[in-house]
Amino acid sequence: MVKTPDIDTVWQWLDQVPDPEIPVISLVDLGIVRDVAYQGDRVRITLSPTYSGCPATRVIEEDVRTAMRDHGIDQVIINQQISPPWTTDWMSDKGKAKLKDYGIAPPSAKGQPEACPICGAGAVSLVSQFGSTPCKAHWRCEECRESFDYFKCI
Amino acid sequence: MGDHLFEFLLRQGDNTLILSHRISEWCGHAPIIEEDIALANIALDLLGQTQMWLGLAAEVEGAGRSADDLAMLRDAWDFRNSILVERPNGDFGQTMMRQFLFDAYHVELLNRLVSSADERIAAIAAKSLKEVEYHVERSASIVIALGDGSEESHARMQAALDDQWTFAGELFETDAGDHALNDAGIAPLPSELRAGFNARATAVLGDATLIIPETTFAHSGGRSGKRHSEHLGHLLTQMQWLQRAYPGATW
Ligand SMILES: [Zn+2]
Repeated sequence: MVKTPDIDTVWQWLDQVPDPEIPVISLVDLGIVRDVAYQGDRVRITLSPTYSGCPATRVIEEDVRTAMRDHGIDQVIINQQISPPWTTDWMSDKGKAKLKDYGIAPPSAKGQPEACPICGAGAVSLVSQFGSTPCKAHWRCEECRESFDYFKCI
Repeated sequence: MGDHLFEFLLRQGDNTLILSHRISEWCGHAPIIEEDIALANIALDLLGQTQMWLGLAAEVEGAGRSADDLAMLRDAWDFRNSILVERPNGDFGQTMMRQFLFDAYHVELLNRLVSSADERIAAIAAKSLKEVEYHVERSASIVIALGDGSEESHARMQAALDDQWTFAGELFETDAGDHALNDAGIAPLPSELRAGFNARATAVLGDATLIIPETTFAHSGGRSGKRHSEHLGHLLTQMQWLQRAYPGATW
């Protein structure tokens, strides 16, 4: 019999689960875990998809179940919640810093990258409004000439 | 009301599904890799929106069908998408012109649906709107770049506009079901969306140095399901092939 974890502990566990497409940040960093609560004696986790067609949504659900099972919790209820819609404002500062270290420019209220995540130069230009996934756009640095992903601000 | 609501949800989900499938046909064929990736991502957004619309349609119908059943097991006459989105891709310019005309309508519609009296519809609209605002920004900028581009690209974009303008009219067609939903505060009348669409189209197509055809004729028959074009059946044979050949197949 596993001891019933408190809610904070579950949040900490979820903060260890990497995003399947950008594994340097966790699901909690990404801001897609909206709620953790007990429903009776079962843990209920509420997730919000980033983009409605995001192919990682199902993988994320499985990853959450696996992580909880690894901690001895077999009975998990997962809710998908689309309202209010996910926004990059829910991304943690820790997550944004990790994105930058990884070479992805974090979302910015300016609607474009603050700076090149590789060399830090401010002169950057748009290559394409879509990058390798729906959540990213493709930019280029005018200084170091490297191209990089920008996590779109939505 | 239940029938009107089901019909309305099919119209939303079928528009996004069929357009998504059309755009995905570009995968591996677009003129440059950035556009290839962008089109695939837009197709993915639209497919995600389809899951929400047809998922709700299935729930409202209450006949035990799922979103997948609705997408994969209906035949052409049961689809309620506008003819515009089932038309073949043509060249890249034609695809982007169709995309712009649809996006410009779509963003007007979603902007109204976010305040629908039906909370489920408002939630789907709010989620979709964030994606579609980005789509229209992109399709408008490409239409402008190509329209106001070389002699060749300008001529192709004008031909695309001449070809597709009469298909955009159907998006604003309004029937008794639309009136019933509008009276209940669930959805705007499609005809009310025309002014906002026209304003955007006039501005963007003007910047693109393109001339909007003067005709007010509009092709019709898709959103009522009465008379789709010959292209929809061909599209479905490809899109639904797996479920037709191997019923119930899953992976
Ligand atoms: Zn740089």
